[in-house]
Amino acid sequence: MKALCWQGPDRVAVERVPDPRIVNAQDVIVRVRQSMTCGSDLHLISGRFPDMQPGDVLGHEFVGEVVEVGSEVRRHAVGDRVVVCSVVACGRCWYCRQGLPSCCDNGNTNPEIAELAWSAVPAGCFGHSHALGGFAGSHAEYVRVPYADHGAFRVPDELSDDRAVFASDAAPAGWLGAELGDVRPGDVVAIWGCGAVGQLAARAAVLRGADRVICVDLVEDRLALAEREIGVETLHCARVDAGAELRERTGGRGADVCVEAVGMAPPRAGTRGGRLRHGADEPGGVREAVHACRKGGTVVVLGVFAGYVDGFPLGAVLHKGLTVRGARQHGQRHIPEVLDRMRRDELRPEYLATHRFSLDDGPRGYDLFRDRTEGCVRVVFTPDGR
Amino acid sequence: MDVSGRTADGRAGPRTYAVTIDRPPAEVAPDGKLPEPVARLGPGVAVTVRPAPGGRGTELVAVLCEDEPGPLARLSARLVGEDRRAAVRIALRQAKQVAETGEVLR
Repeated sequence: MKALCWQGPDRVAVERVPDPRIVNAQDVIVRVRQSMTCGSDLHLISGRFPDMQPGDVLGHEFVGEVVEVGSEVRRHAVGDRVVVCSVVACGRCWYCRQGLPSCCDNGNTNPEIAELAWSAVPAGCFGHSHALGGFAGSHAEYVRVPYADHGAFRVPDELSDDRAVFASDAAPAGWLGAELGDVRPGDVVAIWGCGAVGQLAARAAVLRGADRVICVDLVEDRLALAEREIGVETLHCARVDAGAELRERTGGRGADVCVEAVGMAPPRAGTRGGRLRHGADEPGGVREAVHACRKGGTVVVLGVFAGYVDGFPLGAVLHKGLTVRGARQHGQRHIPEVLDRMRRDELRPEYLATHRFSLDDGPRGYDLFRDRTEGCVRVVFTPDGR
Repeated sequence: MDVSGRTADGRAGPRTYAVTIDRPPAEVAPDGKLPEPVARLGPGVAVTVRPAPGGRGTELVAVLCEDEPGPLARLSARLVGEDRRAAVRIALRQAKQVAETGEVLR
């Protein structure tokens, strides 16, 4: 089959790779209908997130059709249209039972790498670093889905692929941001990063009753999109001092909840990076979020970081009595609710899929996605080009 | 997963490895019978089964009854595929996966 593969830093290409097969009895094989880019892919492609290997198939947000089931699969049958959680989790360990599937004990086939990096083994992920299991990704014609009874979800008939593909990762990630922040009616919520996850966190905050939601970014198109589609306030952080402006807009208190949805700075090469004003290798969004949060408030880290960051304002965390929380998304817990809200038109994220390409044009799609030109927020690939 | 052991004189002593399985002890080791991946480790590994606090299942603790080798010996063992420490860690992890999910994820 064909697949979009990582070949080395800043090099991706469509290659022929072996078709996936059932390896474990709880696997299914899914024929991919749509697979979407994610900002965390850029860290992998640039080589900043460690432990990629040439030939790795990228992609972790996808919707497709079940074409083969393992002998121990109980909840799926051939022909099911499913959205698959990007997180590979068993559904039965202590962490999964606590509703923390991205901390699953049994979803990562390379525990030694993860233990070395993070002193613990998180769940696996499709199309990601071998520190997260090295599972082949979804930018391909077919993908193997382990623990399918727990990670694949049947898509309601009335939901389009265009909408459902966001339930794989971006929408549950945004939902988690509002949940970790314990957003309540009356809150002021500030969100750094107006990519898909940031905008879906903003929408989740609105649905949880936030009084005001203020999105911060420096990409004009994205701010305009957030204003138009979600009805939030925005701050262009290259034009105003976002911290000062947030203090002003919150009567000097600071935001009740600050959500960082930026992650590691993009690669330094050329002018690719710079979604926010702080340079590469700095936790720019997190630092600003800590400073902008009110005393006793909560800072949520949704953006992906690989290892260490410097310049973290720990003094402000202590003296302001902040709660800092972070997690990879817990889709196994959130996807049913996300799909239900999509079905009721409360979540309509398909506007974020600004570009669609055949998988054959994958490299061009990633160039556009990385450079954020032509108003690009997310790129969706289809194996057959339709 | 592992807990380094040091002798009183500072040498690296036998090393302890542990894993918590989210199942009751009677299920993890029925009638004291160790789970297959751990039982296969054979002599030289002392295994203890005890309940985890807070109802979190079972702690499976394995002690490799030999002094910790030096870095060169470890590298050599790893290269020839005879790293006993790695074997213990893998066995514990597999025992946990089988008990919790019914299979070892590949």
